[in-house]
Amino acid sequence: MLQTNQQPTIQRNRFLLLSCSIIFVGWSIIQGGLLFWYGTTLYAAIIDSLISAAVITIACYIIASVLYYYQPQKEKTTYILVWVISLTIISLAVTRYAIAWIIASEGYQDSIDYSLPLRFLAAGLLIGCMAIINVLWNIQQNNRENESRKADAEKMAREAELYSLRQKLQPHFLFNSLNSIIALITQKPDLARTMVFQLSDFLRGTLHMDDQQLLDIEDELEHLQLYIDIEKVRFGHRLNITIDKVDAEDAQLPAMIIQPLLENAIKYGLYNTTGQVDIQINVTKQDNLLNINITNPFDIDSQTKQKSSGFGLRSIERRLFLIYGRTDLLHTNAGKHIFTASISIPQPE
Amino acid sequence: MIKALIIDDEPLARSIVSEYLLDFPQIEVVKECGDGFEAAKAIAEVSPDLIFLDVQMPKITGFELLELIEEPPAVIFTTAFEEFALRAFEQHAVDYLLKPISKARFVKAVEKFLSQSASSAKEKTKSFIEKVQEKEENKLDRVLVRTGNNIKIIPVEKINYLAADDDYVSVHTDEGSALKKSTLTFFEKNLDPDEFVRVHRSFIVRIDQIIRIEPYEKESHKVILKDKSSISVSKSGYAKLKAALEK
Repeated sequence: MLQTNQQPTIQRNRFLLLSCSIIFVGWSIIQGGLLFWYGTTLYAAIIDSLISAAVITIACYIIASVLYYYQPQKEKTTYILVWVISLTIISLAVTRYAIAWIIASEGYQDSIDYSLPLRFLAAGLLIGCMAIINVLWNIQQNNRENESRKADAEKMAREAELYSLRQKLQPHFLFNSLNSIIALITQKPDLARTMVFQLSDFLRGTLHMDDQQLLDIEDELEHLQLYIDIEKVRFGHRLNITIDKVDAEDAQLPAMIIQPLLENAIKYGLYNTTGQVDIQINVTKQDNLLNINITNPFDIDSQTKQKSSGFGLRSIERRLFLIYGRTDLLHTNAGKHIFTASISIPQPE
Repeated sequence: MIKALIIDDEPLARSIVSEYLLDFPQIEVVKECGDGFEAAKAIAEVSPDLIFLDVQMPKITGFELLELIEEPPAVIFTTAFEEFALRAFEQHAVDYLLKPISKARFVKAVEKFLSQSASSAKEKTKSFIEKVQEKEENKLDRVLVRTGNNIKIIPVEKINYLAADDDYVSVHTDEGSALKKSTLTFFEKNLDPDEFVRVHRSFIVRIDQIIRIEPYEKESHKVILKDKSSISVSKSGYAKLKAALEK
């Protein structure tokens, strides 16, 4: 970020320095030459041209800075014109009195006054050119910045999309399931076939789901059942999952909100005991809330805060907040031997 | 006969490995284990030459299991995830297999193992463990120790202090102490510096266990802990302790 901000400043300073030197050198040579050509003494020509060039250069520098720091939005042309004309008048006045003070000859003063319209025209054109160049430069710079900002935003959106796709695919689950299928192919070909279909159905379901979409509880549970069936094959008889649904017909909930909780429950249930694991899912509806409780056996003594699970819970919390604007919908409770995760989903009246 | 052990929490994942191994009559699968505890016990009992080890497992991970074993055998890792450590220290492990495991890849890994001398394969495992420990990015949140054939998981919250003891570190908790093959430097690096301070070449103490600090002989001090132990504090340790307490 710092880099991109600094780069244009350096570029700009270089550009300003270069143009100011060109103006100063060019102007003094041209004006000095012209004056000498039209019969001014060499001394007067040098003094006059150096002073004029210096003042013009300063005026150009001022107009460039003004346009850089107070970039005009509306009534651009009037604003710039006023600045250019005032700067020209001021610089001419400064030049005239400075030269008159140094070259104290009345004849020369008269000739300056005589050439004032010409000087005004030349100085005005130069300062005006400088103003236009700067305006164009600033516009181009803004465009470039906007483009890079847009590119950054697009990159972030792409990354977020990729991340959510990866989350949906659950590579760990996918590869482990494929490994189980490979083992089944020779041992129980029929079961292998069934599992391929279950896995396909599960993945198809996940890919079609939209983060914001609400599903009927029946559909979500059906999808969950596919997941459970696959996990049961993977972990064999160790896994026993029961779903209890009471009075929760036509309730709705965000897609795929239970599955990460069940995944946690399986992970902790299995990973903390080596025997049979009973996981209970209770779905009830009370007042205007759909309540889902998931309990799994758990051994508090061998438990440590594991970063990965915390992330799963946090992302559910975040989704619930994005959909319902509430942060009190997910609760977890770690007892001595039982871990419970509960979510409440507000239902329309 | 080469003795092999298969360690994975999924029965089907174990069965595919043993099925592939049928092509290698010189390798005998002596046992299959479903978690790290079982595996640690089995390794101590049968001292296998080769283990197939899943990284993600119940209770303790494959890496943690390796740290607990006195004489680690040659290891072929099996994993669904391309774990960072496996990729980083591949040259130190015998091999690793990504799930789903293909027969061809499996055969290559086993042949690689067979082509090595037993001692060089074991050396590799040892240096792999060292590398993983060195690189441990996460702050330590638990310590696994072995007492006989039992494995104990000690959450760092329960550690009162650590003392160096030759090649071991003794981990002191309210329930007693246990030895772990490690170094204080490793713990100093991986424990939260806001919670633990190395007060001496041979001691790390938990800051909130300290009851008081007493002067002891010239220039050195002692801290008294809640469990009544008194720990020497060196001159530089005292400076570190003061800095930590002033935070």
